[in-house]
Amino acid sequence: MNGLPLLSLLIAIPLIAGVICLFVKAEGARWTALIATFLDFALSLYLWAQYDPDGPQWQFVEKAGLGGGVSWALGIDGIALLLIVLTAFLMPICIGASWRSIEKRVPEYMAYFLLMEALIMGSFAAQDLFLFYIFFEGGLIPMYFIIGIWGGAEKIKASYKFFLYTLAGSVLMLIAMLYMAGTAHTSSIPALMAYDFPREAQTFLFLAFLASFAVKLPMWPVHTWLPDAHVQAPTAGSVILAGVLLKLGGYGFIRFSLPMFPNGSAQFIPLMFVLSAIAVVYTSLVALVQRDMKKLVAYSSVAHMAFVTFGLFAMNRQGIEGAMLVMLGHGLVSGALFLCVGVVYDRLHTREIERYGGLSDNMPGYALLFMVFTMASVGLPGTSNFVGEFLSLVGTYHASTWAAIAATFGIILGAAYMLYLYWRICFGTLRHADAAAMKDLSPREWWLLAPIALAVFWMGIYPESFMRPMRNDVGRLLVRMERVAPAGDSAPRPSKGAAHAEHAEHGATH
Amino acid sequence: MGRFAPLLPELILSMGATILMMVAAFTGRRGSALVSWSAVILLLVATAALVGAPSHAGPVFDGLVTEDLFASFGRAIIYPASAVAIIAAHGWFERGTEHASEYSVLILFAAVGMGVMVSASSLVALYVGLELQSLAAYVLASYRRTDERSAEAGLKYFVLGALASGILLYGISLLYGFTGTMSFNGLAAAFARGTPSLGLLFGLVFVLAGLAFKASAVPFHMWTPDVYEGAPTPVTLFFGSAPKAAAVLLATRLCVEGLAPATDAWRQIVIFAALASVFLGAVAAYGQTNIKRLLAYSSINNVGFALIGLAAGGARGASSVLFYMAVYVVMTLGAFLCVLWMRDEQGRPVESISSLSGLAQTRPGFAAAFAIFMFSLAGIPPLFGFWPKLVVFQAAIASGYVALAVAGILGTVIGAYYYLKIIKVMYMDEPGAPYARVREPVQGLLILLAALIVSPLGYLLIGPLSDLTDRAAGSLF
Repeated sequence: MNGLPLLSLLIAIPLIAGVICLFVKAEGARWTALIATFLDFALSLYLWAQYDPDGPQWQFVEKAGLGGGVSWALGIDGIALLLIVLTAFLMPICIGASWRSIEKRVPEYMAYFLLMEALIMGSFAAQDLFLFYIFFEGGLIPMYFIIGIWGGAEKIKASYKFFLYTLAGSVLMLIAMLYMAGTAHTSSIPALMAYDFPREAQTFLFLAFLASFAVKLPMWPVHTWLPDAHVQAPTAGSVILAGVLLKLGGYGFIRFSLPMFPNGSAQFIPLMFVLSAIAVVYTSLVALVQRDMKKLVAYSSVAHMAFVTFGLFAMNRQGIEGAMLVMLGHGLVSGALFLCVGVVYDRLHTREIERYGGLSDNMPGYALLFMVFTMASVGLPGTSNFVGEFLSLVGTYHASTWAAIAATFGIILGAAYMLYLYWRICFGTLRHADAAAMKDLSPREWWLLAPIALAVFWMGIYPESFMRPMRNDVGRLLVRMERVAPAGDSAPRPSKGAAHAEHAEHGATH
Repeated sequence: MGRFAPLLPELILSMGATILMMVAAFTGRRGSALVSWSAVILLLVATAALVGAPSHAGPVFDGLVTEDLFASFGRAIIYPASAVAIIAAHGWFERGTEHASEYSVLILFAAVGMGVMVSASSLVALYVGLELQSLAAYVLASYRRTDERSAEAGLKYFVLGALASGILLYGISLLYGFTGTMSFNGLAAAFARGTPSLGLLFGLVFVLAGLAFKASAVPFHMWTPDVYEGAPTPVTLFFGSAPKAAAVLLATRLCVEGLAPATDAWRQIVIFAALASVFLGAVAAYGQTNIKRLLAYSSINNVGFALIGLAAGGARGASSVLFYMAVYVVMTLGAFLCVLWMRDEQGRPVESISSLSGLAQTRPGFAAAFAIFMFSLAGIPPLFGFWPKLVVFQAAIASGYVALAVAGILGTVIGAYYYLKIIKVMYMDEPGAPYARVREPVQGLLILLAALIVSPLGYLLIGPLSDLTDRAAGSLF
């Protein structure tokens, strides 16, 4: 925009800092990583401030050809902007969370985290199909190392599972991308978002992209890598996995599947709704019986991501905006919940829920913040997840009553497993002497959790700040899909024409 | 001299090799450094001589060989790779009883043979080039005479290689018998005359089988793991890089130039060989504990991907093969140079994968380079090894072979497992006995250079390299 390639800078800062980390000692690496992630966060806030919601769809655009049909093309719309801000916000927190809990091979650890930040930023900012794929797949490498080197007892198995599962999902997407670039004679994402592929091709293209994003998001039944990866990863790894990496799947649906293959997407709405419905009910029930805190939060992630797919495939404004807000809200809340698990894990070195209890007595500060995030996860009004889940449910209801009913079960069950978890950890008597001896939050931990709590409330009380940047982009997406959006079975329909008018009005008033 | 100008690189190499052989014979062990560095310089001079006349001279010696950009591109891969193979042997043979200097001479002769292979446009030149390369290679495989494994590797390679040469010759005689010509253009004209007769088809199959042996494509790959394991590591490095590229390029020229009208006949063979190589290379590597054996299967796997590009056919397919082989050679050289540096505390070479454990903690730079080569061979972005695979699949899809591309790409996922295994051993296992440091600054520099090329920085090469491969492939048509 103003001459400085801001998005390239956003990618370059963590990358350069990552290289520096390899050449300094542990303490230096920690500070390098912290400063770099803060710089990136500041830059992302600047982008947010400079972003003009009423301006052109793509802003901060950069483009440089690399030859061979790929170009270094970057640019963001409101949707990508919000996810970039979320990533940049969570990264310093991740570094802080690893400050003392990671003691071995610190420089390497920080380097992988910074590399991952660069790759995630690149995925959100990429405007070239293959550039996106390179960033998207590249993210596997640092995460593989983070799980495999600093993970728990079963780390090797979890890291393999994570890597191969995600890779297998993604390669089919690559074939689809090659086909798209060959058919449309361009690999530019904005151009492809306006390109109409033949109907029958859309079916296969959608399925190929689904294979990748469904694994990444993850959707039932390809979610099984997630609990393993989460449980074995170090706390900060879980935070970034749940907070940002899963969002790449949802972002993929918004950026690729829906606008590029509207017919293909519409064709599979029933499939998506059924998978989401199973996910939301089944994984919630599974979460209910977990004995491991991290596993419980991991399964809750799968359930929450089902709200994203519900909302997206409702194909109306409420649904898509709701899905985006669920992604942002879940990014904050699940990240915070993993941090909360990490706080007690650092003290007692176990994630068994049984080993805790009554922590509200000796750790009141912890209990307070943990409660805030529990309530946010449940979707209490006034917190971030309420807005997203409510909108997503409204959108789903417009599209299909049955899907909305299934999704609502998710909220009830969500309340059940989260409150049950909170009760078992924080209430009751202090059963175990070692748990009773744990100290309350240190100032560092306050600094990690309090900003997230503030953001959760901000998003819950004044969501407009987050909805404003993406409003026009969601509108553009809806224009792409209006031919194929499901009519829905919930609106009162005196005649077909009136139902359409009602539908359009809903779109206009929000 | 005018007539011979297009053959300047070959002349430089063969004359130089003859002289160096004399030098080697008379100086013995004392002259080995002199001979090897002279050989490296000769190869670099020959590479430099490629610029200019040879790249557009067209058919020379009555069409026996064709000096075009395709041939020059091939030699621009082969000569530097051979030079690396010579440098890789520094400090390797001096410890044994062998004469180190003859090694360089043999590599030079093999390089001449490979140069003829990639420029051959008649079956005679094809065979002569192939045999010149193979004979040097048989000797190289058994170079360490006192080592039983090396002798076994050489013998195995020779017996099976002779068989393959026989098959190839039989195919050539069939082709010649049914068409009355040896030149690729003549063959193309004969095949264009209508449905090829059974004899022609048999000839085609036998020739392709012979070439598949040289490129170690399934089902003619059996010799590869044994020879790679048994041969001295610098020789394995050589086998994995230049001869492989030469064989694949030779097959490409033969298929798209000489057998173009019979595309439907050879395409199914190539598709089978490609997929079989990809999957067998990926699956058979699982249980390996020896790094050289594992890389042998990796090379089988990689030839499969290059053949997918060949199966796609056309200028685009040929271009993707060139792109693939160029990057593949860099990755392989890098990986084997790393293997070369695996030495135990006494400086003896070790080859077991488990000895790499915890390398990231004892030798972080070495481990990082090795990991880059492994991720790159696996084709994981953002490493540059991803791009040639993409180019190959792109060519396949552009020709309408989507199912082939899908099958191939699933092969990359299966193959990713064993590359990850090496990385896991280096990064996630507890450190074992540390390796001895190898004091070979030139080799270190080469590892660094190769790692930089296959790192994400390599993407900057896409523009010039794809431009060059497009033009080189275009010169075939």
